[in-house]
Amino acid sequence: MSEAKRTIRVGVYICHCGHNIGAVVDCKAVADYAANLPNVTIARDYKYMCSDPGQEMVQQDIKEFQLDRVVVASCSPLLHEHTFREALAHGGLNPFYLQMVNIREHDSWVHTDKDAATEKAKDLVRAAVRRVVLHKPLERRQVGINPNVLVVGGGIAGIHAALTLANAGKKVILVEREPTIGGHMAKFDKTFPTMDCAACILTPKMSQVRNHPNITLWTLSEVTKVEGYMGNYKVTVKRWPRYILEDACIGCQECIDACVFKEGKTEDAFNEGLAKRKPIYIPFPQAVPQTVVIDPAACIQLKTGRCKKTCVEACGERKAIRFDMQETDQVVDVGSIIIATGYKTFDAARMPDLGYGIYPNVYTALEIERLVNASGPTAGEVVLRDGSKPQSVGIIHCVGSRDARTNPHCSRVCCMYSLKLAHLIKEHTGAEVFNFYIDMRTPGKGFEEFYQKLLHEGVHMIRGKVAEVTDWALDPTEEGKLILRVEDTLAGFVRRIPVDMVVLSTGLEPQEDANEVRRLFNISCSPGGFFLERHPKLAPVSTFSDGVFLAGCCQGPKDIPDTVAQAGAAAAEALALIDANVQELEPNTAFIVQEECSGCKTCIPMCPYSAISFKEDLKVAYINEALCKGCGTCVAACPSGTIKQNLFEDEEIYEEIKGVLNYA
Amino acid sequence: MPEDLVQLSSGTDEGPFEPKIVAFFCNWCTYLAADLAGTSRFKYAPNIRVIRVMCSGRIDPQFILDAFAKGADGVLIGGCHPGDCHYQEGNYKTYRRVQVLKHMLRDLGIEEDRFRLEWISAAEGDRVRSVVNDMVQKVRALGPLKIQVPQETFSEEVPA
Repeated sequence: MSEAKRTIRVGVYICHCGHNIGAVVDCKAVADYAANLPNVTIARDYKYMCSDPGQEMVQQDIKEFQLDRVVVASCSPLLHEHTFREALAHGGLNPFYLQMVNIREHDSWVHTDKDAATEKAKDLVRAAVRRVVLHKPLERRQVGINPNVLVVGGGIAGIHAALTLANAGKKVILVEREPTIGGHMAKFDKTFPTMDCAACILTPKMSQVRNHPNITLWTLSEVTKVEGYMGNYKVTVKRWPRYILEDACIGCQECIDACVFKEGKTEDAFNEGLAKRKPIYIPFPQAVPQTVVIDPAACIQLKTGRCKKTCVEACGERKAIRFDMQETDQVVDVGSIIIATGYKTFDAARMPDLGYGIYPNVYTALEIERLVNASGPTAGEVVLRDGSKPQSVGIIHCVGSRDARTNPHCSRVCCMYSLKLAHLIKEHTGAEVFNFYIDMRTPGKGFEEFYQKLLHEGVHMIRGKVAEVTDWALDPTEEGKLILRVEDTLAGFVRRIPVDMVVLSTGLEPQEDANEVRRLFNISCSPGGFFLERHPKLAPVSTFSDGVFLAGCCQGPKDIPDTVAQAGAAAAEALALIDANVQELEPNTAFIVQEECSGCKTCIPMCPYSAISFKEDLKVAYINEALCKGCGTCVAACPSGTIKQNLFEDEEIYEEIKGVLNYA
Repeated sequence: MPEDLVQLSSGTDEGPFEPKIVAFFCNWCTYLAADLAGTSRFKYAPNIRVIRVMCSGRIDPQFILDAFAKGADGVLIGGCHPGDCHYQEGNYKTYRRVQVLKHMLRDLGIEEDRFRLEWISAAEGDRVRSVVNDMVQKVRALGPLKIQVPQETFSEEVPA
């Protein structure tokens, strides 16, 4: 008997989710209630609906009771809607004959009153049953996947993702806004806990990026516009002028020597402002591309047009220096995007009690990284501002992390890099080193062992949050020193510890422009401002925009091994997308019942994707399904109710409203 | 209550009045925020019934009127913050529709606190809790929705 000729039969399944739902919602009572609702043929409760036996139960019931529709009341549809749709498909039903009811995130987990929670579950189930009866069989649209990938950000995450994809034979465009790739890792001296030299393990990968035939590297470039959808993105990249022809420059750096500035006058950002550079410079010796760059804010020729241009003379026949370069916009077509935009370190000046920017010998950890680095401003000498070696150093953990005044999150890497710096400072200077920590967090391979090693090296560990860094000496031994006031919570009293140098272990924060970047790629952020993954455990590199993946610290603080692992995962996700060749899109697009359209054109300006056009010959509007993203804004605007949205038709929503309100 | 007022909601006589609030949450921001409230185990009043739509721009003002007509004591709309819409600008359309609708609701004698539009991002699970709790408290104080228009004609179109 065809569906139209008989009453539609609905199966309802209430999931206990172990105790997650069952402890608050009386699932048996909800199932018993549902069994008596109109159209419901069978209603059951079960411990874990998402388990194989749970899904098989649905499939078996579809056959045995000739079910036409299925309602599953369990967790959020964003988690398991796909699972149950597939279960329906395997059971021989159209997958969109499913309606999920969220009785976990929206009910059992947020309510304590068991009766009220059970009532709520009944209301929601009733609404779903009334709605699902109206569901129509739908088909997913298929789209082709452009095999090219855009990687945004050239730190270790972006580099690793780009190389993985390129090695798999995919074309990659790597966009970096700095003049060189390498990111934060290029600034580090050693990496914990193995004490590998950061440059030694990073720079070969940077060179590989430069030489790889499948990677197009665009430095001094920023993504300004993203259009399209999964598999077919059109991305506009703004490329700032380098004023140097990358192909012509051989990296001899003679122009830097020849510059009319005999000494550098501009703060060297790569060295955290601890050194000066000239207007024409190379960020660091192993920079990729191995090409000089001109800073338009410092170059006399670019500012005034009246320079002797000694650099051009030095460049000679190669003619690599071009002062007439302009910024350009370039448009690329890609199928997937990996965002690896990284982090910024906490601005220590936001905590004036700790003296950064007040006392010259208070440094951030990143500044110390440059000081201990052999290619840094002091050629690896850890010295105070006056050039002398410190006798004692205090390292303060959790600056801008785990603090209600700044960031509640733990930045994950600070304990370990503080220990690393303690080791390096001791090694370089022989100074007495004090680490001030709240909790010592060393959860990683070889991390705890490293901590134990440091303890044996004689680094002092004081458990306590430093209240203040001051130069106000109370006795002659403190004269000329920086005094750390701290409650030693293990010894149980307040101490004053005089040191020569203070290091602030600043935490990791989202990039300054994370919000703009997030909007550009249409993704969300977590409470701390880092980008939000699709699922914290099961889809950690995916986002809510299909075809856009996350890698590295833009998603949250992590160390280098985790960043590389995540970058590999993001690359694998992109590869899976590419190699599938086609992907299915949700069918929740809008369509116009043409016979009923009055041709008023109200809908046309509603669509942000220009998916609606007007057919002049028929005097009706028409929706291009390929362009429609399924928001439904036009549906709500249509005065005659002629536009319908699949899965969200007016009638379905009205039934849901009546259902939750138990309206006859 | 005065005789010409019709009580639409099914407030019971037993115990204090518990309002029923119908919420329309957009899939990308507020629905996710409510999920986050769940995973964070934030506790809030159980009076709310969420209906998921892809975008707050999908919410036809008629849905809100219909919810009131069918017995809701309050209606809450949750969408993405301005500039954050997953569909670029659907929430702006919602905002404009809501401004017009608010005048209409006032003319119908529906108190302001019964209808609310809130921007709640996917990161703001705690805001779901505070908004729902605050709204439930205010609507509870107002009591069941009473309205002058006879129920049966409420959702019908007025002939030209």
